[in-house]
Amino acid sequence: MKLDARIPDGPIEGKWEKRRFDLKLVNPANKRKYKVLVVGSGLAGASAAASMAELGYQVECFCFQDSPRRAHSIAAQGGINAAKNYRNDGDSVWRLFYDTVKGGDFRAREANVYRLAQLSVNIIDQAVAQGVPFAREYSGLLDNRSFGGAQVSRTFYARGQTGQQLLLGAYSALSRQIGLGTVKMFPRTEMLDVVVIDGHAKGIVVRDLLTGEIRTHKGDAVVLATGGYGNVFYLSTNAKGCNVTATWRAYKRGAGFANPCYTQIHPTCIPVSGDHQSKLTLMSESLRNDGRVWVPLKKGEKRKPIDIPDSERDYYLERKYPSFGNLAPRDIASRAAMQVCDEGRGIGDTGLGVYLDFRDSIARLGKDAIAARYGNLFHMYARITAEDPYSQPMRIFPAVHYTMGGLWVDYDLQSTIPGLFVCGEANFSDHGSNRLGASALMQGLADGYFVLPYTIGGYLAGQKATAGIIEHPEFARVAAEVTAMTKKLLDIKGTRPVDDFHKALGKIMWSKCGMARTEAGLKDAIQQITKLRAEFWRDVKVLGSESTLNQSLEKAGRVADFLEFGELMCRDALERRESCGGHFREEWQELGEAKRDDENFRHSAVWEYAGPDKTPIRNTEQLEFENVHLAVRSYK
Amino acid sequence: MKVKLHIWRQSKASTAQNFAQDGKMVVYELDNVSKDMSFLEMLDFLNDKLTREGELPVAFDHDCREGVCGSCGIVIDGIPHGPQRGTTTCQLHMRSFKDGAEIYLEPMRAKAFPVLKDLVVNRSAFDRVVQAGAFISVSTGAPKDANAILVAKDAAEKAFDAATCIGCGACVAACKNASAMLFVGAKVSHFLHLPQGQPERDRRARNLVTAMDKEGFGNCTNQNECEAVCPKEISVRVIAEMNREFVRAKLREEPPSHKRVGGDG
Repeated sequence: MKLDARIPDGPIEGKWEKRRFDLKLVNPANKRKYKVLVVGSGLAGASAAASMAELGYQVECFCFQDSPRRAHSIAAQGGINAAKNYRNDGDSVWRLFYDTVKGGDFRAREANVYRLAQLSVNIIDQAVAQGVPFAREYSGLLDNRSFGGAQVSRTFYARGQTGQQLLLGAYSALSRQIGLGTVKMFPRTEMLDVVVIDGHAKGIVVRDLLTGEIRTHKGDAVVLATGGYGNVFYLSTNAKGCNVTATWRAYKRGAGFANPCYTQIHPTCIPVSGDHQSKLTLMSESLRNDGRVWVPLKKGEKRKPIDIPDSERDYYLERKYPSFGNLAPRDIASRAAMQVCDEGRGIGDTGLGVYLDFRDSIARLGKDAIAARYGNLFHMYARITAEDPYSQPMRIFPAVHYTMGGLWVDYDLQSTIPGLFVCGEANFSDHGSNRLGASALMQGLADGYFVLPYTIGGYLAGQKATAGIIEHPEFARVAAEVTAMTKKLLDIKGTRPVDDFHKALGKIMWSKCGMARTEAGLKDAIQQITKLRAEFWRDVKVLGSESTLNQSLEKAGRVADFLEFGELMCRDALERRESCGGHFREEWQELGEAKRDDENFRHSAVWEYAGPDKTPIRNTEQLEFENVHLAVRSYK
Repeated sequence: MKVKLHIWRQSKASTAQNFAQDGKMVVYELDNVSKDMSFLEMLDFLNDKLTREGELPVAFDHDCREGVCGSCGIVIDGIPHGPQRGTTTCQLHMRSFKDGAEIYLEPMRAKAFPVLKDLVVNRSAFDRVVQAGAFISVSTGAPKDANAILVAKDAAEKAFDAATCIGCGACVAACKNASAMLFVGAKVSHFLHLPQGQPERDRRARNLVTAMDKEGFGNCTNQNECEAVCPKEISVRVIAEMNREFVRAKLREEPPSHKRVGGDG
């Protein structure tokens, strides 16, 4: 597999401008002769589809939900970073770039991150112009808050629903184009394969989730904006429908999959309440602006939290990381929580929890001020737990939240399959081995509004326009494979429902490839997953038919892919013999902190599919740090 | 706890000619339900049992399960999203029901929302209304600096209160006229309070109301059922605003002879 990141030459500040100049252009009259297929309608997909349609391309957009507005970007709570320096607190493009490279524990590509920091300011301008109701000050100017891993206030927000408001902004731009007839929208349609002809992505195979029809769509380029794979753990903060299917099937057609072991465990989620649990709910990182994290000093403490005096509380983040305190980055805060629970000081019935306490900020600012900042989050917490977070501390625990790994892309967001572009969480590009808070929205929108619409033109300019009118036997062949797999799932007629297998996979992944990983554990996990996968194909029970709305069948296809993907994830974690960011190998640590091995692992691992039941090939892209010097990451 | 569920089962999609198709209420008894389960987790539990017994699981829409995507929306005991105010179906928990409760589950019913299967309905009418004008016509490019547009704090708050709509359709399902005025009013109100929304103010009000009527939604009953069931507690204020904006736009309309031709996109 050839990995050319195609990073432009020259100083980092000028790379993006240079690339934009060097890219070939498609003249406006010719743009309408090209058809682009966009899969996914979240921040990255909706913004890309709308922006490309505005430029004049023919666009088709697909989502599995009943409306593009429901993509899971909608659930992002806290905010979006931008290097506006409106606070006059010393922020700059350079500082956002530096924080993100350091926050990612030096495992991201510098040039991409710099571009992201540069574009961050345009996103806020764009969103405001669309009417996104960001929080304001009395002056009418935009307000900011602080987020983890940074010492400046650069996060723009809309109460605790920033993702919702930004997605509705992108959805409104997309809707405008649908109304104008420039985007054709296909809701309740799931992509199940990519069609590659003469080495180039020329179409996709989809299933209409209402009629069950398997259909091909042809185009001049394909964009995957299909999100992350956190649901491989079964329990995560992802929506139930989030899946790896689109990116996994692209991988099996030749797209490199980079760093699948980089997963983000978010420190502040509502703890699991029982076996019936179907998903986990995040409590935004923004809460750590005003909430203090603690556990009792004593093991087995039985008193109510409000009865425990300050002298018997351990505000462990403030103690261990005095300069960042409660705003330590996510990977570090999650591991610290796990450590205090391992010491037997965890709280709640299960002992798997820590307190997030607003007592002091309510005393300082008043209940109303706290309600204005986090009202919807407190409301959500009360709904789920039946506890009042105004009068007693929240109980929180780490949970799987985001995946930094994804399909490998070059500087232009093109995968190893020419014509197949990947944006948003689905790619691997900008966050290294740990993503900082409020950076996911930034990346999704930067990719969709400002990067892809340029770079895809550079690719299309070199291709003969087909407007999706192509005849090739490959389309029918791939569609037949998809139809056969659908039928195979229905024909097993075993005894166990799909969720049974998904839950079992999730348990393996969480215990062996979750917060802490070991060589022995990962090897064991690979064996267990192989066994579970065989059982799935022997014993899964999917009722109903393929020619109607069949939610069990949809789920079965996704879980089948997770059962393959989980193994790759463990394999990647096994081969990365170091700790970095969210990837913590117990064998590599120093005083409980992750210990990188820059000499041997200063690279992205890019996995290449080698065929069914064959060990995939591990390729590498070496990472160069010319602007931010490699250092031990410290938040003390 | 134990519950007795009456669930609408319908295998074929509704059509204009045959609205109910072969649908009917079917009774399921479910034991060992935990009070900490969410309502949808209780349905997962039922579906697991049904699948093991060889009976088709109940189809229902859901995704984020944290009250923001707007996918879910079961009519529970006659109330969209069920008995708890300001709460989506996915955020409703079984602790809101008594042990031994009999619970009725139906799809949202409205002419504009045909049932697709069991509890799943087609709400694409909402998307089409949005496509008619719930946006600001700004293309991706380089708008001026965000802070060049000042928005008074209370105006931003009002816009947000409307923009928080999740498009679940509960307002329509609760209304005996199946009116979508709370939904459409929320779109009007969101942009009305922002300076960015002013240039297209008249056109937006006209286009949204026209699109809403075309989809077959009914008129407002003035009984505020919509506000009572809205999981985001959007105020009927937005309906008054929409009506005012529509009348204002109509009064300001140019006589037909002066209308410019084309280019209305």
